[in-house]
Amino acid sequence: MNLMTRFTGRSAACLALATAMGGLAVLTPLGFVGAETTAPPFVPQADSAIPDDDFGKVIRLGERIFRDTGAEARAFVGNDLRCANCHLDRGRLGHSAPLWAAYLVYPAYRAKNGHVNTFAERLQGCFRYSMNGKEPPLGDPILVALETYAAFLAHGAPVGVKLPGQGYLKLTKPKRLDLAHGRDVYAAKCALCHGGDGAGQASPDGTIVFPPLWGGRSYNWGAGMSSVVNAAGFIKANMPLSQGNSLTDAEAWDVAAYIDSRERPQDPRFAGDLAATRKAHHDSPYDFYGQAVDGVTLGAAAPPAGTVPH
Amino acid sequence: MCAPPFKVSHLAFSALVAVLPMSRRLALTASMSVRIAFGGLLICTAVCPAHAMDGGEIARNGTQAGVPACASCHGDAWGGNAEGGFPRLSGLAEGYLAHELDSFADGSRDNEIMGPIAQGLAPEERRALTVFYAGLRAPPPDGTPQPDDTASDRGRMLAQTGEWTKALPACAQCHGPAGQGVGAAFPPLAGQPAAYIAAQLSAWKAGTRRNDPLGLMKGIADRLSDDDATAVAAYYAALPATAIGGAR
Ligand code: HEC
Ligand code: HEC
Ligand code: HEC
Ligand code: HEC
Repeated sequence: MNLMTRFTGRSAACLALATAMGGLAVLTPLGFVGAETTAPPFVPQADSAIPDDDFGKVIRLGERIFRDTGAEARAFVGNDLRCANCHLDRGRLGHSAPLWAAYLVYPAYRAKNGHVNTFAERLQGCFRYSMNGKEPPLGDPILVALETYAAFLAHGAPVGVKLPGQGYLKLTKPKRLDLAHGRDVYAAKCALCHGGDGAGQASPDGTIVFPPLWGGRSYNWGAGMSSVVNAAGFIKANMPLSQGNSLTDAEAWDVAAYIDSRERPQDPRFAGDLAATRKAHHDSPYDFYGQAVDGVTLGAAAPPAGTVPH
Repeated sequence: MCAPPFKVSHLAFSALVAVLPMSRRLALTASMSVRIAFGGLLICTAVCPAHAMDGGEIARNGTQAGVPACASCHGDAWGGNAEGGFPRLSGLAEGYLAHELDSFADGSRDNEIMGPIAQGLAPEERRALTVFYAGLRAPPPDGTPQPDDTASDRGRMLAQTGEWTKALPACAQCHGPAGQGVGAAFPPLAGQPAAYIAAQLSAWKAGTRRNDPLGLMKGIADRLSDDDATAVAAYYAALPATAIGGAR
């Protein structure tokens, strides 16, 4: 445990140096080896480094909320997802928008809401959109615990540099999106787990094991994953589960377009005018909100946003 | 009531098996099953008598065409046989059971004991058996210790957290949080004999089991060392299966 802490501390320092030197040297767990252009991925410290005190208790609570969001933050969750469904390995996995990288990119200006967001505000957005729920108020113990867990994972990472592995994979944009091809990929590679209707699957006792990809219990139209750009990057790197990077880029784009052209809960910013909401928040060829697909105008009859339990 | 014939073979079988190391048991069971199954008897075809369509009847007594009683290996209390490493069939999903019997029959799950047995069952008999076993609830454990007592941290970690640096998700992400299974494609692991679980992982590595959808288990098994396989098998063997099955 001690060793782990020392190790990550050192690697972070070296990483900062490598970056400062313009990517001339690369670090392995053993030290510098020759000239390479890419820095190694940051490795967050192990669970065993969580201190056995009141601070550690809050880190553990944050980890539980991240993993079992519906149970631990029930009042703020309006669907069947967990944070860890999209931020794999409990927020540790690179190219899956890992928490250790996210923690260090805030405060940041976000075009999505037009002001500088603190990390806590960023977390509020996750509840409102990805979790189709309600924002926990700033200072709420749930936000504090999530932020504490993220800070624990980021321990030893350099501040002020964008870490490799931050965010989702960025794929080269395709000339066109082929929904029919996407449907075929879905049937062949995804339906086994997520179900033919995209509603996911539960074990016999009702625990959701395979999360829903569309429909009333999935992320809403305001969520990052409803943009085909994010979904394609996530899918390419991580799906089918355990077989990341097995799809071609075209398969990842088309299947992402397929799932993001099905109906899902309303964008919480919708105020009655679909075209206006599209213009304000969805004006991109990689966003199907407000478009007609298979005879359905997406968003026109969307299930409600923010359906948290009473 | 006349004593069911499987009792005899079951007892003789257990007695024999108990004194042998695991490596030799499989060879032995193979030759035994051949003897039991094909002692000069015919393979059942579409002209099987109507009562053979009762899955419970076949499970207890075998078929007239000479397929042995499933219970003689898979347990007459429907709980499998930890000693012999024979899996529990009760509570497995109908679709999963059917897929496995088909796989044994077509060789994509290459097993010298179950291959001839599956081939010896007519389609209606297979169906009756899958319906029968899927409708049974798994029996309570016979005093096997809980994983908290015995499983290594490594086994629990692989089962519940995974090892993502090796692209290994947690087993629980496909087999359910308590190893209770999900739908027809993802079988329960809870309460299956440790030797059986470990044997399946080696079968995928060796390429003798090739029937998994999308090649998912082949990919997983290839990333597990032998020690990992042993540790995670022990973890699941010790999880109770009582909540599984009886869904019909
Ligand atoms: C449906 C998938 C999904 C779920 C569920 C989800 N997120 Fe996200 N999250 C995303 C996507 C996609 C992005 C990237 C958004 C973008 O770049 O516009 C993101 C971004 C983030 C970021 C910022 C990452 C960065 O590098 O800037 C944080 C922090 C975050 N999510 C935390 C959470 C938390 C906490 C939860 C649970 C309360 C959660 N997320 C649930 C998909 C999801
Ligand atoms: C073997 C089962 C399996 C297969 C096959 C599979 N997924 Fe997933 N998928 C999962 C699991 C499990 C998660 C949640 C991951 C976690 O919690 O660690 C997930 C998460 C997701 C998510 C983010 C969570 C959500 O509900 O939006 C998307 C999007 C997704 N999968 C899309 C796909 C696509 C597209 C395919 C086919 C190319 C696919 N998946 C194939 C099991 C699978
Ligand atoms: C002589 C012993 C024996 C008899 C009799 C027997 N089995 Fe098996 N069975 C096995 C063994 C050994 C395995 C494990 C095979 C392997 O390792 O792939 C097995 C596995 C199975 C499986 C796969 C279970 C799983 O979890 O994937 C099914 C299904 C099955 N048997 C059904 C039957 C049925 C139905 C009968 C009766 C018609 C039967 N068996 C009779 C020894 C037997
Ligand atoms: C990505 C999904 C996935 C993951 C993760 C996964 N499995 Fe599986 N597993 C499957 C599927 C699908 C099957 C069914 C194969 C078939 O149809 O025969 C299966 C079957 C099995 C079986 C055979 C059960 C039986 O009754 O014969 C064993 C044993 C098993 N898995 C063990 C594991 C272990 C141990 C882990 C974790 C190290 C694991 N699995 C992780 C998808 C998965």
